[in-house]
Amino acid sequence: MTSDILSPQSEAELAEAVAAANAPLSIQGGGTQGMEIANATRLSTAGLNGVTLYEPGALTLVAKAGTPVADISDMLAKKNQRLAFDPRDLRGVLGTKGAPTIGAVAAMNNSGPARVTAGACRDFMLGVRFVDGSGDIVSNGGRVMKNVTGYDLVKLMSGSHGTLGVLTEVSLKVLPTPEMAGVLLLNGLSDADAVAAMSAALGSPYEVTGAAHAQSGVDAHPVTMIRIEGFEESVTYRLAQLKELLGHFGDVAIATDPARTKAGWAWVRDCTVFEGKEGNLWRVSVKPSDAPGMVAKVAPENALFDWGGGLVWMVLPESVDPRAQMEGLQGHATLMRGEGHVRFHPEAPGVAKLTQSLRKKFDPRGILNPGLMG
Amino acid sequence: MELPTPDSFVLSRKSEIVATLQAVLPQGCVIDAPEEARAYECDALTAYRCPPLAVVLPETTEQVAAALKVCHQMNVPVVPRGAGTSLAGGSMPTSDSVVLGVARLTDVLETDYPNRFIRVQTGRTNLSVSGAVEENGFFYAPDPSSQLACAISGNIAMNSGGAHCLKYGVTTNNLLGVTLVTMEGEIVEIGGAHMDASGLDLLGVICGSEGQLGVVTEATLRILPKPEGARPALIGFDDNAVAGACVSDIIKAGILPVAIEFMDRPCIRATEAFAGAGYPDCEALLIIEVEGSDAEIDAQLARISEIARKHNPVELRESRSADESAKIWLGRKSAFGAMGQINDYMCLDGTIPVSELPYVLQRIGELSKNYGLGVGNVFHAGDGNMHPLILFDANKPGDLEKCEAFGADILKLCVEVGGCLTGEHGVGIEKRDLMSHQYTPEDLEAQMKVKDVFDPKWLLNPAKVFPLDTSESRRGAQGAAV
Repeated sequence: MTSDILSPQSEAELAEAVAAANAPLSIQGGGTQGMEIANATRLSTAGLNGVTLYEPGALTLVAKAGTPVADISDMLAKKNQRLAFDPRDLRGVLGTKGAPTIGAVAAMNNSGPARVTAGACRDFMLGVRFVDGSGDIVSNGGRVMKNVTGYDLVKLMSGSHGTLGVLTEVSLKVLPTPEMAGVLLLNGLSDADAVAAMSAALGSPYEVTGAAHAQSGVDAHPVTMIRIEGFEESVTYRLAQLKELLGHFGDVAIATDPARTKAGWAWVRDCTVFEGKEGNLWRVSVKPSDAPGMVAKVAPENALFDWGGGLVWMVLPESVDPRAQMEGLQGHATLMRGEGHVRFHPEAPGVAKLTQSLRKKFDPRGILNPGLMG
Repeated sequence: MELPTPDSFVLSRKSEIVATLQAVLPQGCVIDAPEEARAYECDALTAYRCPPLAVVLPETTEQVAAALKVCHQMNVPVVPRGAGTSLAGGSMPTSDSVVLGVARLTDVLETDYPNRFIRVQTGRTNLSVSGAVEENGFFYAPDPSSQLACAISGNIAMNSGGAHCLKYGVTTNNLLGVTLVTMEGEIVEIGGAHMDASGLDLLGVICGSEGQLGVVTEATLRILPKPEGARPALIGFDDNAVAGACVSDIIKAGILPVAIEFMDRPCIRATEAFAGAGYPDCEALLIIEVEGSDAEIDAQLARISEIARKHNPVELRESRSADESAKIWLGRKSAFGAMGQINDYMCLDGTIPVSELPYVLQRIGELSKNYGLGVGNVFHAGDGNMHPLILFDANKPGDLEKCEAFGADILKLCVEVGGCLTGEHGVGIEKRDLMSHQYTPEDLEAQMKVKDVFDPKWLLNPAKVFPLDTSESRRGAQGAAV
């Protein structure tokens, strides 16, 4: 590990830095993900900071990659808008410090509980600018909501974890912050019942905006949370309808206290329940109905089901490999914290071949976050 | 419109190519008689036609792979085709190409309500996907206006949108997985019933790649529960800028309608003459639809009306019933037909930042005068996707060229104000040569690198999307059509 850090202050400087690099680069925004590449020079985007365009009436925001997410959220909040994919802040559970940046959120396709209905970070990305592995500056997409002009490299860059290029600018669709949020709480459900209840809610016309279940919640009992957001009259009506719909799963409580509701969903979003728990932190994406069975086989101390069961978070001893319990299931498991396993789920040969070829094309020298994605 | 010179070597081997395809496909899957192949000479961009060398209509994914393998080995360009409804020439053949149609792949493979997805073969029409889940209270959200005819394969190739994408997104936001057959004939599963990719988001770049990266034969699509109801309001204004400001205020107020449609005066007059929907004769008309229970809809429409009233509308009508809703939508839904009654028309598809609407409409009006061609504007106002309809006379020599030049000027204008060439129709051949107005050589190079990976010989739909001079070295050097 070297202590060198490159901190370009503009896109042009960043392009020069990449072009001039003759050794691996470890790309970082706020450095909050614990993904540093060993034996590489750190390349920070923190110098590319600032929102360059914000049009609330067009629901559009453009920011340089190193802009802290918190700055963007504050700016949006002043106009009663927000990042609708609600990115996770995992500093607590990863034990890191620093300010998460919008570039890293985009590069990781970091999406919170709202993803289940609103869509993922990638669904809100309208455009990107990036520097590829040769130091060329590339722009794709734009600042408008509908755009099919040429290939969608915006999606390709989302979730590419810096391996195809270093993001320098991201343009995003933002959404109004709803007037009110309300939550249905079901206590003591088994995983299977919880997923069934969440599926029933998500399959109803009431536009559920979050559905999560923890085997062991704040009071150490199973808790299932289903969120509705909107104008007050709507939220009240929909909560009542859902309460009736889900009545046969058990007692359903309704919570609408703004502070409690917000804190509850931040707890889900940021995986707070795993703070201070030793072991490997896993993030598993599966078909919701496959989740309870998979979790039963893995047998973690606690499991947090987000996205209606489609995303499961677990802390496991290093010796346990959840991928071994996913035979025959569609999905993937990512090691978010810990040792002993590769971070990303091994890909099927056809997909792996395409992925490797793309990386070779965009980063022919193999200097961008080498080793991170295999 | 320039098309690449056909590969004379390929043309000279037609009988051999057809025989090899026939050898790997069941009887009746290969069409080589010129009079039958002619049916595939164009898509919905009917101004351009060219019969292909042959047409193959496989019945399974494996047959698609077999056909592609043959074409790959014999260096024959392949033009994938769904239902042939592209307005951009996305499935227009060249004379040295084999058209590969997925029209016979129409099965529903799996429907899963608890996990909210459907898996279909991609020759299935858009509307029939919704049809397959309707009885259970679900629908497939992207709804291009050709939805009765267009195929899911084409929707994926063009990343199709529709009137309701302000709320539900476009195809890419509703696509979970695909079975992709590469030009080399490899079958690759990408994504699935779960959410999001672990590694690179290949699904994201395949969607909208206009059939240039592979042939998608199966797709896993997200289905959504149907809302309890939906009703629109109709609001007329005397000024485009005021209509634009009203849209912006509605959005800023935190209301997210499912659709915000805009029509300008020429379009309103044409549709009134054609359909008699009872629209006011005004400068700008908005149709704004919201969803929910009856009471929720009433509350939202009341909020919208309250905002609209501050902008002094000349007309404000909230629908109270299905009948009234149908009447409000009638004019909008017949807009294209109405313009077609007046003359031939070309439908454009640029997107602009919503705030630029008044300026862009003013400039289009000026251009219309300069070119001496009429134009009407239909516009998905919530997301800035414009559909200017330019009127011309196909039988009048020079009119088509004039119309194309006018169209190109409008699209350049869209790019100039911060928008793009195409919001939902795709580039195809129609906007291919305008790409360099939106993208730098480096931008285009990055996109072409993706094609290099999926289709190293540049055989799949090779003469589309990228300006011919930009892609020439790749198409030539790889032994493909020059």
